[in-house]
Amino acid sequence: MRLGVFICHCGSNIAGTVDVAQVAERAKSFPDVVYSTDTLYACSEPGQEGIVQAIQDYNLDGVVVASCTPRMHEPTFRRAVERGGLNRYKFEMANIREHVSWVSKDQEANTAKAADLVHMAVEKLRQDRALFPKTFDINKRVMVIGGGVAGIQAALDCAEGGLEVILVEKTTSIGGKMAKLDKTFPTVDCSSCILGPKMVDVSMHPNITLYAYSEVEEVGGYVGNFEVSVRKKATYVDWDKCTGCGLCMEKCPSKKSYDAFNEGIAPTTAINIPFPQAIPKRAAINPDYCRQFIKGKCGVCEKVCPTKAINYDMQDEVVSEKVGAIVVATGYDLFDHSKYTEYGGGRYKDVITSMQYERLLNASGPTSGHIKRPSDGKEPQNVVFVQCVGSRDKSVDRPYCSGFCCMYTAKQTILTKDHLPDSQSYVFYMDIRAPGKQYDEFTRRAMEEYGARYIRGRVSQIYPHGDSLIVRGVDTLMGTQVEVEADLVVLAVGAECSSGAGELAETLRISYDAYGFYMESHPKLKPVETNTAGIYLAGCCQGPKDIPSSVGQGSAAASKILALFSRDQLESDPQVAQVNQARCVGCGKCISTCPFGAIQEIQDRGGNPKAEVIETICQGCGLCSVTCPQKAIQLQHFTDNQILAEVNALCQPMMEESFES
Amino acid sequence: MSAHDGRELRIIGFLCNWCSYGGADTAGVARLSQPTDLRIVRLPCTGRMDPLFMFKSLFTGADGVLVSGCHPRDCHYSEGNFYARRRLELAKRLLPLLGFDQRRFEYTWVSASEGQRWQTVVTKFTDQIHELGPAPKVGLSPETAARMAEAG
Repeated sequence: MRLGVFICHCGSNIAGTVDVAQVAERAKSFPDVVYSTDTLYACSEPGQEGIVQAIQDYNLDGVVVASCTPRMHEPTFRRAVERGGLNRYKFEMANIREHVSWVSKDQEANTAKAADLVHMAVEKLRQDRALFPKTFDINKRVMVIGGGVAGIQAALDCAEGGLEVILVEKTTSIGGKMAKLDKTFPTVDCSSCILGPKMVDVSMHPNITLYAYSEVEEVGGYVGNFEVSVRKKATYVDWDKCTGCGLCMEKCPSKKSYDAFNEGIAPTTAINIPFPQAIPKRAAINPDYCRQFIKGKCGVCEKVCPTKAINYDMQDEVVSEKVGAIVVATGYDLFDHSKYTEYGGGRYKDVITSMQYERLLNASGPTSGHIKRPSDGKEPQNVVFVQCVGSRDKSVDRPYCSGFCCMYTAKQTILTKDHLPDSQSYVFYMDIRAPGKQYDEFTRRAMEEYGARYIRGRVSQIYPHGDSLIVRGVDTLMGTQVEVEADLVVLAVGAECSSGAGELAETLRISYDAYGFYMESHPKLKPVETNTAGIYLAGCCQGPKDIPSSVGQGSAAASKILALFSRDQLESDPQVAQVNQARCVGCGKCISTCPFGAIQEIQDRGGNPKAEVIETICQGCGLCSVTCPQKAIQLQHFTDNQILAEVNALCQPMMEESFES
Repeated sequence: MSAHDGRELRIIGFLCNWCSYGGADTAGVARLSQPTDLRIVRLPCTGRMDPLFMFKSLFTGADGVLVSGCHPRDCHYSEGNFYARRRLELAKRLLPLLGFDQRRFEYTWVSASEGQRWQTVVTKFTDQIHELGPAPKVGLSPETAARMAEAG
């Protein structure tokens, strides 16, 4: 076997703390290595050409590149090796940047460690075999989970691209958080006027099937061939018959139901349509408040419904859908401000959240767009906004910046002045973060044109005083304590991951960060992909973002899927398990262990049971390899011998050394 | 910089590709300084971690073995780390029977975003191994060792 080794300088990233020339020199003593060199940037065009050239000049059978993490450039080098005429699996990578040069400055220790890692890669490569991918068909349907603006955009773009789309929405209407907003920054245009037509497009599009009030329950399969179970929750109204006339809402005697759409700022009826522009515009019963469900008698809606759509006996329904790709756009939740007890913690009626304030401002909200204090319905004179509530605060486990609160607060001060020209807004802020297009200009307008008074500092306490509230804080620019008398306090709450984000991630087998936001495959270069092939992210489920970014990401996810589906067949990863039939005793342990059902029982010619791997289903985890008592099933490219070769490379010299001395 | 003066010990880390290997990368990207003793073997999943690898490592000269994967319930392959946890816990309990201190082997969970946690885990484990010192060479006479070395 003839192997080549390339040690990358990565500029000074590696060469700064690792003696790369010495590592290259030492690599020459490793078994089967016939060529070893150091190279400035292995991933650059000349770097890759150097590898291709060396394969041909030295007639190499395999290549080791010692550079950055394989999670970054393994595909790059595999392609290069293939260009040189080798099988792409006759390649190994040693990670001497993230795991060596960047975590220690000790040149001697780093050089020794790098040499060890190269040695391990060489030994692994000696065991590597050529592997060949298989192809399989793609199911060109898409599932979008979440019907907020990001999900709507992804669904529409995919549908426009000719794909069949299934949009699954948790609540009874699509629209998400954006549908609740009055106006959007920095243009101050009407939120539902720009979102409404898109929502209608979803309902009218022949390629989109909408499952509202539904949740994803189970996901099986793999890229190109997912199988998803969706639970359609019982609405107790037959949506095929319901016309959305709203008569039931008028007559419903239970008028004290919690209104999630209005953030609880006003009550609603037990049977309701969340808002006038709802898509689908269908009524649903909230059994927690419905008298028919609580007391067993009422039935008013059933009597008045002109289309006989009410069905109190309705059950959840589980449907199964086959799709080829999934977009996750499950959005975010707003921070629960009651964790800050010093801000009133939900005790004072006139301390409300920004989203509740948004509903007060909204012409289709409970007050028809008149700003009224929740306590006595009076128009407020002084409105105090408190920023960074559940944002940039380690003490409540939200150390990250939610990104959009500065902007929506500025918008709300402008709207306040528009609604109540005699009012005065005060904003307690930590920093103004307005880095988007026209954003800084917008916050300046709020201050200069609309006269919002910005006070740099945090609020320490809010307490009642007569029928108003005193907001006590610090003005760090003046270096003084300040107290502002407020008629209404609006807490600019930050974003957190949506409830149930973790469970959904586990169902989808994608990862999430410490705060529950879903992790992209690479923060810079793969911002909408996940580490699970065929699953893409859009909108705030990946991290807080504003509307333009969410829409952009929705479109990006759609374009990724259109690119994926532009082929009729996909190649499967050949790093899958394989059974040595001669060794297999047919015990079936691997079959019961495999989480994907990728192993089936077959019979050999003698009628004996044997295991066989269904290669397109196998995900390559290797659980079966460890389970098999016979070691008959081996994960290709990570066989026992390959892993032990690495262990031996590391341990044998030590052992020889220790017995020599 | 090595956390320990003098000789490095031989520590092998078996890391799952999706979480902990990514976590070690995150630690690298953030330049979180770590002792240099540990060398990483990449596995697709901790479910691929055959206890055999751990025993073989310790028998052939490793002073410590660390396994790290995705947090329970966050496995890229649904349940690989649950299998790993069960197997590795048992394997760990076997170590004293074979003449090894249990503390030479640990398994832990580090997600791809937890660079700092990886730094802590590596530093703590390296310290622990240095406290224990080089592993005893069990079950191998110099002759056997020589034969094994010869066989490569």
